[in-house]
Amino acid sequence: MSEQAGVNPDLAGRVYPAGAAYTVGREKIREFASAVKATHPAHFDVEAARALGYTDLVAPPTFAIIVAQRADAQLIEDSDSGIDFSRVVHADQRFVHHRPIVAGDELVAELHVDQVRAMGGGAMITTRAEISTVAGEKTATTTSSILVRGEGQ
Amino acid sequence: MSVELNELTVGQDIGSRAIDVSRADLVRYAGASGDFNPIHWNGRFAEQVGLPGVIAHGMFTMGAAVQLVTDWIGNPAAVVDYQTRFTKPVLVEDVDGPGASIEVSGAIGAIDADNGTARVDLTVTAAGVKVLVKAQAVVKVW
Repeated sequence: MSEQAGVNPDLAGRVYPAGAAYTVGREKIREFASAVKATHPAHFDVEAARALGYTDLVAPPTFAIIVAQRADAQLIEDSDSGIDFSRVVHADQRFVHHRPIVAGDELVAELHVDQVRAMGGGAMITTRAEISTVAGEKTATTTSSILVRGEGQ
Repeated sequence: MSVELNELTVGQDIGSRAIDVSRADLVRYAGASGDFNPIHWNGRFAEQVGLPGVIAHGMFTMGAAVQLVTDWIGNPAAVVDYQTRFTKPVLVEDVDGPGASIEVSGAIGAIDADNGTARVDLTVTAAGVKVLVKAQAVVKVW
């Protein structure tokens, strides 16, 4: 299996350890919520979030992409991954929340490369970010597939 | 509005909405998310890599589409599992004001009484074409 848009087939099974913690800020939750046109008060008003039983502002359902894509960057920037970022297309995405992400959380992500498979002249790479707090509480599992397009794809 | 699990039925409509998307929305999403891929703001670059023009971030579409579910259930943290495949790009025209419109509708796809959850299946289109496929949000129903 040599022709996979230059992607290293040995990436599968690789694990990138958690890097620096990402601190979830109130203003980032407000900014991200506005950017996805979310209007629920629990994203903007601390009292509204507390009335729902949360300690602070609640992140929108796809907020964890910020943490996951930081983890993905380790793979894409890895000099032996062979991934040409300009040829990357996002193919699928999933978020499983073990508990809501709220402002004040300090999150880290361990990145697992679950699968690399040839697709046409390109390669489909499936990664999984296990997101937890710095204290070790599981927060979210995100799964993402990217297609690295081959020539003519 | 309060949703009760035993009042839901598979196939039930949860509503629909249209989301206007402008180039400014894509710039705002790029900044908020940290995804500065130029295909989402630079038309010349997008065309050089074979796209018809600037396209929305798949994650913008995914993030905006789920608001229908969040507003229906009344709690953003109720969305415990959300997934989609990105099938077609959303082309956002370089015009004053909205350069695309994303149509979102949702229906109950499954009910899991044991876990107290319901799955909402979203239909998401732009210019009459499905842009998300297997867009499913599992919500906790209290």
